[in-house]
Amino acid sequence: MNKKLSKLFWALIAPIAAILFSLIFVSIILMIKGAAPLSTFQLILSYGAESENIIAELNQTIAYYLAGVAAAIGFRMLLFNIGIDGQYRLAIFIAAVVGGATNLPTFLELPLIILTGVVVGALWASIAGYLKVKRNISEVISNIMLNTIASGLIIYLLQPSRLGLKGKNSDNLATPMIPKSGWMPSIHILGGELYSFAFVAIGVGVLYWVVLNKSVFGFNLRATGMSFRAARASGVNAPRMIFITMALSGAIAGLTGMGELLSSTHTYSLAFPTGYALTGLALALLGRNNPIGIAFAAFFWAFLEQAAPILDLNGIPKEIVMMMQGSIILSTVASYEIVKRITRRQQQRLVGAVDAPQVVTEAKGDKA
Amino acid sequence: MQKKTLGRALAGAVAASLALSVVSLNGTAASAAPKKLVGIAFDLGGKEQPGFNQLAYIGFKAFLKTHPGWAEKDLQGNAADTDASRAQRLKLLIAAGANPVVVVGYSYENALKAVAKANPKVKFAIVDDNIAGAKNVEGLLFKAEQGSYLVGAAAALSSKSKSVGFIGGVNIPLIQAFEAGFKAGVAKIDPTIKYQSAYASNPPDFSGFNAPDKGHESALGMFQNGADVVYSAAGSTGQGAHKAAFEQKKWSIGVDADEALYASNAPYKTAILTSALKNVDVGVASFLSDVVANKFTPDAHLFDAANGGVGFTTTGGYLSADIVAKVKALQKQIASGAIVVPTDPKTVTLPQG
Repeated sequence: MNKKLSKLFWALIAPIAAILFSLIFVSIILMIKGAAPLSTFQLILSYGAESENIIAELNQTIAYYLAGVAAAIGFRMLLFNIGIDGQYRLAIFIAAVVGGATNLPTFLELPLIILTGVVVGALWASIAGYLKVKRNISEVISNIMLNTIASGLIIYLLQPSRLGLKGKNSDNLATPMIPKSGWMPSIHILGGELYSFAFVAIGVGVLYWVVLNKSVFGFNLRATGMSFRAARASGVNAPRMIFITMALSGAIAGLTGMGELLSSTHTYSLAFPTGYALTGLALALLGRNNPIGIAFAAFFWAFLEQAAPILDLNGIPKEIVMMMQGSIILSTVASYEIVKRITRRQQQRLVGAVDAPQVVTEAKGDKA
Repeated sequence: MQKKTLGRALAGAVAASLALSVVSLNGTAASAAPKKLVGIAFDLGGKEQPGFNQLAYIGFKAFLKTHPGWAEKDLQGNAADTDASRAQRLKLLIAAGANPVVVVGYSYENALKAVAKANPKVKFAIVDDNIAGAKNVEGLLFKAEQGSYLVGAAAALSSKSKSVGFIGGVNIPLIQAFEAGFKAGVAKIDPTIKYQSAYASNPPDFSGFNAPDKGHESALGMFQNGADVVYSAAGSTGQGAHKAAFEQKKWSIGVDADEALYASNAPYKTAILTSALKNVDVGVASFLSDVVANKFTPDAHLFDAANGGVGFTTTGGYLSADIVAKVKALQKQIASGAIVVPTDPKTVTLPQG
């Protein structure tokens, strides 16, 4: 029990220290800019905790969470999936096109749209996976290129002469509207509209945890991530694992933004949100690849971002939010490393106390 | 021992943050709403970057000259924006007491639809879009292709090598209309003129509106490929094209406002042949004045060659009187409807440069 408590203490001390450090850092910046830190934090807290804003934050959390899980899957295999952005945009775009072109009953239409996103995301990511396994090309390079190619492909297909539509007095380009049968209902709660896609996101989190921790596949994945050679030597088909992991990461990336599509816009347009790749990677880092950790990190991110405009409106630079996010990531990474070293030293001392005589005899034996 | 030092460090951190909190007790909480407040919701880029955001802000400044006592609050968009976060921005401006509210860019369309309906007493204007049926929204629509047509004609008349180029910021319909007009203007003067075209980025990457290095590189390539006039409809990316034109002793054409007057373009202003005007500032200022004078009318307001909403500049006198006369004659024909300028660049063909 005592051991468990001490373990929990060491697990929590790192993020708490990171947040404290970040608050102090941001306070200093705020004071340099002539703004009062305490009232700024109060403003962020009170505005972010207004019920309507909480719903907006939760809706944003869904997308961030899925991007975070997609990144975490890659991280477990030491794969840096910076292609989440291209994967998700292409996936949502094709899903919107398929949804706009079909009008099936809801129980078929919704799964069709969602599965299209998953499949497209997985296929697009597996290009990078294939190149990594067969040609030994860094997934970072190929994914950045694939992001650019995805942008080009989407704008080519989104032209009015192809798959897109242009409004009479608007310069926006959009895919045809998904029929009502493909709309996912929102939940009226706290004076807002919560996307019911939240349940899918929760399901993905549970699945991620179960597959990774309770299945042979998950064991092989973690093993390959820890040591490619050792895993290979013990009979794991490591290249195959890399390929599958990349595809899985892309499949989850394909769900990012799906809540927005199914419950809000019902179309993919030039105004669709972007830039989820970097956020996802940051959140996986912050949440330590843990499904619950990423959820907290994602909500925290959305919470801070929601406050940016209210700061702006009160004459406090909104870039404070980005500084807070950045300093939290840096200090988290640093404080986990520090905690890791401290606990390792503690363990070594413990082990040393118990095993010391043996070590001595062994050493003697070696000399002999 | 380890724990002790860590504990000491933690205590220090807590003490430090407490000390900081004590310093900062007087608040900056949301102040009471002033009455005469204009709200502006900017698109990506904001008012610091040359382009329609900045022009909307300049429009407010012009309005302020004739209507002292008004204040302005603005909020800026970002790449991760959803319809919800855009609507949140509009609601915040309204909650701060802003009325009227200027909304910049078509990406706000869905957000504005909902917010305008929920706030019938607030008057809105949206740049480059219109919300049909909304009683409190004015759509500021600009025939940008007409201004581009005029500078296209000016470029064709000024080109000695019979070869011109176009640089677009981002490959979206809004900018394609500029290209279509420019191309048509060139073709009107001489359909055998060689033509090159490039876009600095593809959506959702909107960095092409703020990439002077890319503008420089593209323009340089076009000049080396035989062009002697390049038109950039690309925000501050065009600055790079002006620089390239200055270095190569060729011509560059500006966009939106008279770029020869920009402080940032001062070193290259002798290379700026003319600029295609898209007077977003005039549109915004007239909307604000109309609201104050109780002359607000909803629905689409068209700014074109007929009412001076678009046009071309002659700063520096680099266009000869003969060329200016010819272009002005075309302007009249567009205004009268005798010339209809296309908005799709694919409908105009010129030989590849």
